[in-house]
Amino acid sequence: MATLSSSLSTTSGGHREVDYINAKKGIWSWMTTIDHKRIGVMYLFFVLLSFLIGGLLALVLRLSLFSPDHKIAGSVIFDAETYNRIFTLHGAIMVFMFIIPSIPAALGNFVLPLMLGAKDVAFPRLNLLSFYVYLLGAVMAVSSIVLGAVDTGWTFYTPYSATTNGAVSLMAMAVFTLGFSSIFTGMNFIATVHKLRAPGMGWFDMPLFVWGVYATALIQVLATPVIGITMVLLVIERAWHIGIFDATLGGDPVLFQHFFWFYSHPAVYIMILPGMAIISEIIPTFSQKTMFGYRAIAFSSVAIALIGFLVWGHHMFPNGESTLSALIFSFITFLVAIPSGIKVFNWLATMWRGNIALNAPMLYAISFLLLFGIGGLTGIFLGALSTDVHLHDTYFVVAHFHYVMMGGTVIAFIGGLHYWWPKISGRMYDETSARIACVLIFIGFNVTFGSQFILGSRGMPRRYYNYLPEFQHLHQMSTVGSWILGAGLFLTLACLLASLRGPKNAPDNPWGARTLEWSIQSPPIEHNFHGQPVALHGPYDYRTPLEVGEA
Amino acid sequence: MEWLRSLLLPVQGSQHAQRVDTLFMAILGLNVFFFLLIAFLAFYCVVRFKRKPGVVTPYITHNLALELIWSVIPTFIVIGIFFWGAAGFLDYRIPPDNAMEISVTGRKWSWAFEYPDGSKFVNQIHIPVGKPVKFTITSDDVLHDFYVPGMRVKHDAIPQRYDAVWFTPMIAGNFNVACTQYCGKDHSKMAGMITIEDQASYEKWLLEGPPEWDELLKTEAGAVQLGKQTYENKGCNSCHSVDGSKVQNGGPTWKGMWGRSEKFEDGGGVVVDEAYVRESVNEPAKHVVQGYQNIMPSFGGGLIRDKEMKGLLAYMRSLK
Repeated sequence: MATLSSSLSTTSGGHREVDYINAKKGIWSWMTTIDHKRIGVMYLFFVLLSFLIGGLLALVLRLSLFSPDHKIAGSVIFDAETYNRIFTLHGAIMVFMFIIPSIPAALGNFVLPLMLGAKDVAFPRLNLLSFYVYLLGAVMAVSSIVLGAVDTGWTFYTPYSATTNGAVSLMAMAVFTLGFSSIFTGMNFIATVHKLRAPGMGWFDMPLFVWGVYATALIQVLATPVIGITMVLLVIERAWHIGIFDATLGGDPVLFQHFFWFYSHPAVYIMILPGMAIISEIIPTFSQKTMFGYRAIAFSSVAIALIGFLVWGHHMFPNGESTLSALIFSFITFLVAIPSGIKVFNWLATMWRGNIALNAPMLYAISFLLLFGIGGLTGIFLGALSTDVHLHDTYFVVAHFHYVMMGGTVIAFIGGLHYWWPKISGRMYDETSARIACVLIFIGFNVTFGSQFILGSRGMPRRYYNYLPEFQHLHQMSTVGSWILGAGLFLTLACLLASLRGPKNAPDNPWGARTLEWSIQSPPIEHNFHGQPVALHGPYDYRTPLEVGEA
Repeated sequence: MEWLRSLLLPVQGSQHAQRVDTLFMAILGLNVFFFLLIAFLAFYCVVRFKRKPGVVTPYITHNLALELIWSVIPTFIVIGIFFWGAAGFLDYRIPPDNAMEISVTGRKWSWAFEYPDGSKFVNQIHIPVGKPVKFTITSDDVLHDFYVPGMRVKHDAIPQRYDAVWFTPMIAGNFNVACTQYCGKDHSKMAGMITIEDQASYEKWLLEGPPEWDELLKTEAGAVQLGKQTYENKGCNSCHSVDGSKVQNGGPTWKGMWGRSEKFEDGGGVVVDEAYVRESVNEPAKHVVQGYQNIMPSFGGGLIRDKEMKGLLAYMRSLK
């Protein structure tokens, strides 16, 4: 066993080998690739495209809500039915086409095998299939706009969704299809983590990103089939009027909500666990300090994944579930808060006595701590039964889940994108503009969604086209915030794209991290590692330089 | 703290609202404390441990005592909050026996209310201050949600299910009712209003009917509309048709009835006019039209208000 790339790996070195981007040429080589890095990059492109579409829809919604009668300069922007379709599309695209695949399928695909010291994922062809299934589902979802639009909300509650016109069945089948993409990715990652860890890498030597994505994969495989079945049942009910969920046909509308949230609550953890996983990489790296409470973070990911299956009923406290169920679900909901709290304290303890650099990824990680902190803490209002009854289905809930989903997952995703950008693209982004963008996003986000907490606690229901004049000031504040937020996001995009015009100047290990993906060239060669790497130290061991052995 | 409460929460219409608000403010305090703790620690670390060249960070993997502290203390706090929230929740789910019962039916896109005496109103109702009211909620079509922000009460309207919530209004005033379960195009226009007033005003309102009816009675068309509503609300339609058909074991059709000569079962007869209609509503058994049985219940004693009667008369006149 020889020790290769030691501290030299922090410089780019002179000689560069052909990287995965240039290994093969032509569009066909991308479309038929089974390289996890290329599939990750293709996922990244479409995931960002979905984010762009979903985000533009959000900006349009906020603009329209600027005045209670939806008039700008004297003319109505759109009517109530169009509004309903746009918010449905915004939700469906953001949840099913952006956030769920964002970190696992895009960044996870790229980074996970590198972190484990593997050549690829366990099933490379299944990985490519998962990408095409995702594309198919995305095309189906978007074409439902052309073929009659969907106005059910992303939650598809029956009996409205069983009776309304429009392309609900197509959208439901799109969700079904996207679910399979998610299941394939999850299966692949589970097998990869179990079988393809480098020699010397035990379960507790894995980077915490791997733990987070692994816990996510468990949920993807176990929960996603339920939404698939639910969507098929909905389509059957719409097509043949078999009474499953529609009370007039003898079905039970509340049953739909149980099925829906049995997936969609664990899906919240499909979204947030990978975000937490990224933060667990960024904070030790930019603090140059070993992770505090590694095992606690790893176990808390798995604990969240498991307990997360038992709290779906907290979406239904005033929606017709029994009083006893409500009590049980409320209690378990409070228990699932504990592992998340533990993580936050562990991250802070990692920063304590660290050697902290405020590069853009670290700024995003600190934003995450604050925004996810607010998102998690405001969850206490909603977990407690009597306050939830007042706040349920108001803007308070909208603000809460945007703080968790966007303030948490999306901020972590953007942070992770900056963090691994040198590895993915081989280029360094411009640090100054990335930092300015991060600050803009942080401010814009808080103005947009902070005001919505007060709208909600004052009693403004969600999914409202018209609203009372007393809510206008807060709505206007929220809309102005959305412009700042949008500006920050576009600046981020411009900053990352601008770096692509420059030469491949990224060093192998620009941040001085200790996980395996930084031991290889940026961007990596097609087969990642020259031989079989061997892990010689833990993923956050800052007592030694990054060292990798060879089997 | 009252200024902050009134900034963040709507008016407190009931004791239940006060209870919910107390918990809300307690959780807010907890939120602020933990947020400031996180923010302070993060900013302190960033400033105090700013990157300097040559610094070697300590190798600290864990600290059991510290980890127990930040696991166990929050656990106790949230379990306490669970019980606090559950107590308020049980309170709102279990109505007292003496509560007045009003049934609420959501439909696209309005609220129908029905009082124990059978009086029905759309979107606007009055209730007396200081007395518990139980709302039994259902839906005619899709899901809706009966939300009274000022009372901190909310429950889904589910077709073919009947769930109850209740509150005791403490103060007089107008309280908005909103639908909070998305139900389609005019979801946001499904707004109702509960007026809470003293017992005397409430009784006057219930006795005379809402002032909107006065507006309707100003025109013939409005009066006919009120009459048609009354015809349906009071169940006249179960025995009397308006298209000339004969209802099995029912009463005479109203079509063409106005001004018609009718013979009575016990001899004699009448040309149908206001006096006869009023008499038949109050004392239906007195003069039963020939060929029909004496089966109509009395609607006397205020079951049909005078304004509703005027509407019914206009409606009958219109059915030529």
